[in-house]
Amino acid sequence: MGRDPMPPLSRRCWVTERSLLPLLLPGLAAAVLLGVALGPYGLPPGRILAILGGDRSDPQAVTVLLNIRMPRVLAAALVGAALAAAGAAYQTVFRNPLVSPDILGVSAGAGFGAVLGILLGLPVMAIQMLGFGTGLATVGLVLALSLALRGTGQVLVMVLCGIAVGALAGAGIALVKLLADPEQQLPAITFWLMGSLAGIKRPDIAALPAVLAGLLPLLALRWRIGLLAMGEDEARAMGIPAGRLRLLVIACATLMTAAAVAMAGVIGWVGLMVPHTARLLTGPRFDRLLPASVLIGAGFMVLVDTAARNIAQIEVPLGILTAVLGAPIFVGLLARGARGWSE
Amino acid sequence: MPLLAARDLAVGHGDRVLIRGVDFRLAPGRVLCVLGPNGAGKTTLFRTLLGLIPAASGQVLLGADPIDRLSRRQIAARLAHVPQALANPFAFTARDIVLMGAAARLGAFARPGRPETARAMAAMQDLGIADLATADLALLSGGQRQLVLIARALAQDAAALVMDEPTASLDFANRRQVGQAIRRLADAGHGVILSSHDPDHAAALADEVLLVNRAGVLALGPAPEVMTAANLSRLYGIAIGRTETADGRLHFH
Repeated sequence: MGRDPMPPLSRRCWVTERSLLPLLLPGLAAAVLLGVALGPYGLPPGRILAILGGDRSDPQAVTVLLNIRMPRVLAAALVGAALAAAGAAYQTVFRNPLVSPDILGVSAGAGFGAVLGILLGLPVMAIQMLGFGTGLATVGLVLALSLALRGTGQVLVMVLCGIAVGALAGAGIALVKLLADPEQQLPAITFWLMGSLAGIKRPDIAALPAVLAGLLPLLALRWRIGLLAMGEDEARAMGIPAGRLRLLVIACATLMTAAAVAMAGVIGWVGLMVPHTARLLTGPRFDRLLPASVLIGAGFMVLVDTAARNIAQIEVPLGILTAVLGAPIFVGLLARGARGWSE
Repeated sequence: MPLLAARDLAVGHGDRVLIRGVDFRLAPGRVLCVLGPNGAGKTTLFRTLLGLIPAASGQVLLGADPIDRLSRRQIAARLAHVPQALANPFAFTARDIVLMGAAARLGAFARPGRPETARAMAAMQDLGIADLATADLALLSGGQRQLVLIARALAQDAAALVMDEPTASLDFANRRQVGQAIRRLADAGHGVILSSHDPDHAAALADEVLLVNRAGVLALGPAPEVMTAANLSRLYGIAIGRTETADGRLHFH
């Protein structure tokens, strides 16, 4: 060594392991407080704390806080965390920083089930369940197909099957829109497909167990999962049962994405952009990337949903806002030339 | 007891057998070089030795155990792989990569802590690359990247090392540096099996040489005995001459 003049080799990490939670948790807390406080019925932080402390003197404020705002903010945080974590997981196991959680068709699949539920006039809970089920079934079909075809490039086969099955689900969505009643159902379907948490009430947050069931295994195994970024042969030679672990990660990420889409509709960009942003802070190690993605995703979604409720007379669909916010942020990140991933 | 052995091994993909009749024993402190032209099946042989694909027939033994009876974790604790240094889509630091060597000895839910980090740094120190710990892997030279992957294999703490073309596409200085590192590992008691398509390099580095081409295994034995002009001419299918310098080095031309 020492024959080359040493170029600046070190990648600056903005957030060290130790400062990760102390830095990101207050940010999430601030976003949640803002989301709970803002709305047509304003709740100053002092009032919020008083109600949480047991003050029931203002029944209307209590109802707004406990039955409207908090379920909604919780749902937003859940959706953001789920999409961002799923995106980080998919990007790592597919070894591609441009992958988003709908890569295997889960969004289109869940979307098809949900719009079908709207067409059939099902109650909210049943719509969510149907969307969740078809989302899981879509990825199950993709995995079964790719196992049946099993070429040498397994990941590539998987992704191509995802595109094919996703296209089918997209056709199904188009068909449902065609059949829907243009006065009542079609606007509901269109609004839902653009993403919204407008209908969320407390009992509707059935997605919570599904998101946790997907997230907890990923968190527990996060260091080993990171080794999948080295490719299947290398990971196996390091003692990792790569094939099984990858299937588990896909199952967990799919569970979370299907739950998020079933509850909130199709919300793009979050699953792609948040892991990217997090990677700039933490570097590519999945054991640091995952917690950072979860916290940033949750905070980002709470802010976006708060904006969706407050910036106009009507609710702005979330998918529109995430794209409007996400695209410039994304391009800005690229323009900085920051390298969370190499060429 | 050899660290790694092949018994009448045939390797290939499905019905297509590439190499038959591979028999060798890799002892601690020895370097075995598999030499042969492109397409002979060296990489397939190595994937079979690592247990990544099943043998077409015959056996791979790690110590006394057939490799197909061991779990991935048990294999990794005894046998480490040094792959070719390919580009990764993510900007890992050298230390991130070396730390991965701890996977075989950590529980499923564990993450590397102080002892693993110390072990990784010691491995990088051994190879003279400790100053590259926080460097982005993508910005390192090919030789430095190869040394990082060798350090990861050391951190894996396996007695036997399998290296797929460790000096391919390296320039002269890098090749010498990596070659010296491999020799030091063997002198420290590791058994190393590596592949190469450079006869000069194989002769300089290896204790034993295994010659393979599309026709199969040509010869196995100590480098000066096996690497004759006649054998190498047969191996590559062109006329090759051999000269020996005053200090005992072999050159092929």
